[in-house]
Amino acid sequence: MYGLAMAKGLMVTLKNLTKKPFTVQYPEERLKQHPRFRGEEFVWYEERCTGCASCAKYCPLGIIKIVTSPSETAPAEGDKYRLEEFDIAINRCMFCGLCVEACPYDALFMGSGFEQGSYSRQDMVITIDELRQADKHPSTFYRPQLEAQEYDPRGGRPLDWRQVGRESWQWHQREKAGMRIAGRPAPGDGDPDGEGNQLSAPATGEG
Amino acid sequence: MINGPNIRTEPMTVNIGPQHPSTHGVFRLRVTFDGEEILQVEPIFGYLHRGTEKLAEERNYTQVVTLTDRLDYVSSMINNQAYCLAVEKLLGVEAPMRGKYLRTLAAELQRIAAHLMGIGFILQDLGTLGTPLMYCFRSRERILDLFEMLCGARITVSYMRPGGVFFDAPPDFWPALEQFLRDFDEEYKELGQLILENEIVMVRTRGVSYLPLEAAINGSVSGPVLRASGLGWDWRKVEPYDAYDLVEFDVPVPPYNPAGGDNYDRFWVRVQEIRQSVRIIRQCAAQIEPGPVRAAVPLVLRPEPGAEAYGRVEASKGELAFYLVSDGGISPYRCKIRSPSLLNLTVTEHLLVGWKLADMIVTLGSVDINMGEVDR
Amino acid sequence: MNCVLGPDNILYDTVLFREVYNFVGQVLPCWLSWFVAGFVIIFLLVNAVLLGAAAFSWMERRLIGKFQNRLGPNRWGPFGLFQPIADMVKLLFKEDLTPGTADKLVFLAVPVAMVAPVMLMLAVVPFAKDTALANLNVGVLYILAVTSVTSIAIFMAGWSSNNRFALFGAARGVAVLISYEVPVVVSLLGVVMLAGSMSLADVVSAQTLPFIIVQPMAFFVFVAGTAAELNRTPFDMAEAESELIAGYHTEYSGIKFAMIQAAEFGGVMAASGVIVTLFLGGWEGPAAHWLGWLWFLLKTMAVAVGFIWVRATFPRLRIDQLLALAWKFLLPVSLINLLATALEIYFLRDASGVLTRGDLGIMTGINLALMAGCVFLFGSLVREKVRPVAPGLPPGVTPVILPARESPARDLPAGETD
Repeated sequence: MYGLAMAKGLMVTLKNLTKKPFTVQYPEERLKQHPRFRGEEFVWYEERCTGCASCAKYCPLGIIKIVTSPSETAPAEGDKYRLEEFDIAINRCMFCGLCVEACPYDALFMGSGFEQGSYSRQDMVITIDELRQADKHPSTFYRPQLEAQEYDPRGGRPLDWRQVGRESWQWHQREKAGMRIAGRPAPGDGDPDGEGNQLSAPATGEG
Repeated sequence: MINGPNIRTEPMTVNIGPQHPSTHGVFRLRVTFDGEEILQVEPIFGYLHRGTEKLAEERNYTQVVTLTDRLDYVSSMINNQAYCLAVEKLLGVEAPMRGKYLRTLAAELQRIAAHLMGIGFILQDLGTLGTPLMYCFRSRERILDLFEMLCGARITVSYMRPGGVFFDAPPDFWPALEQFLRDFDEEYKELGQLILENEIVMVRTRGVSYLPLEAAINGSVSGPVLRASGLGWDWRKVEPYDAYDLVEFDVPVPPYNPAGGDNYDRFWVRVQEIRQSVRIIRQCAAQIEPGPVRAAVPLVLRPEPGAEAYGRVEASKGELAFYLVSDGGISPYRCKIRSPSLLNLTVTEHLLVGWKLADMIVTLGSVDINMGEVDR
Repeated sequence: MNCVLGPDNILYDTVLFREVYNFVGQVLPCWLSWFVAGFVIIFLLVNAVLLGAAAFSWMERRLIGKFQNRLGPNRWGPFGLFQPIADMVKLLFKEDLTPGTADKLVFLAVPVAMVAPVMLMLAVVPFAKDTALANLNVGVLYILAVTSVTSIAIFMAGWSSNNRFALFGAARGVAVLISYEVPVVVSLLGVVMLAGSMSLADVVSAQTLPFIIVQPMAFFVFVAGTAAELNRTPFDMAEAESELIAGYHTEYSGIKFAMIQAAEFGGVMAASGVIVTLFLGGWEGPAAHWLGWLWFLLKTMAVAVGFIWVRATFPRLRIDQLLALAWKFLLPVSLINLLATALEIYFLRDASGVLTRGDLGIMTGINLALMAGCVFLFGSLVREKVRPVAPGLPPGVTPVILPARESPARDLPAGETD
């Protein structure tokens, strides 16, 4: 009334003039990213991967291409396949993380990057060789065992395949040993018992 | 129209949009003006049609969650929630308590974010040079940071899954939420001082573009637009879902006016709802208890053949609902989306005809449509 | 060849012109030194306007960034100071589009017609004692005249673009300019009466007390009118970015756009200079003889920051409200001010017609009281329009009676939900 509210508005903007800017100058200064951030550059551990292609099946966009061949040992007994191709076309990826959620063996992880602009679509396809050679800085998305370790993908050391999995990873080993596997929950699904996610210390070998 | 013996004016047809700074997306209005006054208006949409409903028939039930993020992209959490409720009805499962609380909390955070954008853009349409909008974005950014903690993404969250949420909140989420709520009180007050009683905002929005309750109900209008017309219809109260029956909150409704709700009422309802959302979040954070966050549902779901379900929520813009029909397969046979923005546009003509060009822009802002949801 | 400007010449009072003319006149023929002196003045003016525009555009972007809690331009030069140069280079290299159906000649003439009034306006503003580029004895009248030229340029732009948004902008711009001309002229009459002269230099020297406090109403009306004529928020009708895209200059691009923009930003600087001259005591300040230009620049900057501050805070009025404000509030206020000033001068001046500082002080008191009365009176008239929904607003939200779950919405009596 009588312009008083307008004067109040002027005071608000004046107060904000003296505040520190909320935005940051990006290339020089970066905002802190939560370790759970779903980013580019998928992290893939070949040693953990069995070639089951669950990730490819769950991908809503079908951008993961997997070609496998039976390995020399006994595939019928639950041994892994040999991976020939594992291409992720991240130019079409929407980073929903369903592939990571679907991986039963903790072999695939989200990355934490977001700066992979490129002039060519071909460059945006991550091939199996790139996945093998890349530095392993997995995001903690859907991998609570990493959060329990307080691991930070940005700036942390690269993680070995033995350090990133949980016990469930060994299921296929047990399957091999002829253990009953019917009715086991998918890893990471909330367990109905209410015990929370059972996290074990990082697996240190192939138990 | 002024038609004297010597003065003749001619109506002028102008296409507002699809490229226009304030049509909130690729929305087009074909408007016939007499001078500045609107004689006729025809909303045209479909420029952002991505076939979400059809795409949903090609994906399995879990994968569809990622599509819902992209409907109303400023309130993706609430979209997730609506879809997951529909699938849960279809399957007959129920989320565990902690999952419900987390969903409620995330949805209310998202409501604050969406309302902040709504308010900010009304003021942008009123002609501020983005200052209130920037203040709104500042607070919204904090909410997006919280989402990043919850689920690793800021906009396209895909946080919820049929049967709960995909994962529990990380331990550092709760102190961050506390901090946000503390800071937000201050920011909310500041925003109120800047805009709520500003004389220019008042004269521009009070008594402009009335929407009578009768017209709103006949046009299936829902959400803040309906409540601004004087009816406290909120699905969170009328048919509580998730944890809304366990928390206390009010439904802000402006004093009833037979002429209907004006632009200021719609704006005011959003400002007040933010306050209620903060209340709900505080209660959720206080009441939440440890436990599982997701019912034991597999990633690939196969509901009974012939089952159908209608899951609805009170989204930031109104009633958002998913109608799912199953044929027993792994993907829905039919997925119909009732999007509030589209149905709120049914009263466009009622709201706009007879008002001026400048009012038209503000009215569109006060209806707060989102083209991702209108065109689906 | 010993050309000396005689006192009978119309440009004798313009010290800069006279000095340059006399200086180069020692070696050059008289007709050439006439041109040289003229070019010096034009050079100064053009650069003053362009540099002022550049400085202002940087200042505005940077300050609005700060007001909005952002960083603002900071890439080019220290604090982003070279940003206007980068902008200019970018706009120079952009394609200069002319719509196919445009009226080409008029379309082309618009940028010039926009920039010219700004330069003309700056020509009579004294930066310090005796440093006006042209010391006119009808300076106030001249300023009012040249600023009105902008309305023609705006209408030319709107008409020639053959774009409906531009036409909207042009129609609004002309309506606003014509309406605001009246209160601005009337408000300046008070100032002219006080100074007893229309020369800007005389107005400055008459300000033993700055006229902003002697004539608060005239100041308010003049600033509001200037903001409207410059298309600044809350009166930026002709551009109205959220409504009309860019208003009258929607179709302009490249260097033409740069010139229109320069005219706009330079216009704010020029108008700030005029406001400082008329109301804030111009170059007056400590050690004004040496530092007059500094005081003038500082005051101009302060006024410009005020414009930016208002722009960063307020929404825009609607066109009918804007015109109503001009005719129903600013015009009566300026008339009241004119009447009051006339009566005050009539009763307070001494026999020789001179007003002392004490007289000005008495006028200040009366005028401030009058202003408070006016604000109260006119505020009460629009009270209905600016009432919030519920008095007091939060925390009390209106209690809601929710319908029963089963009852369909249309059965509800509409009044019961109150």
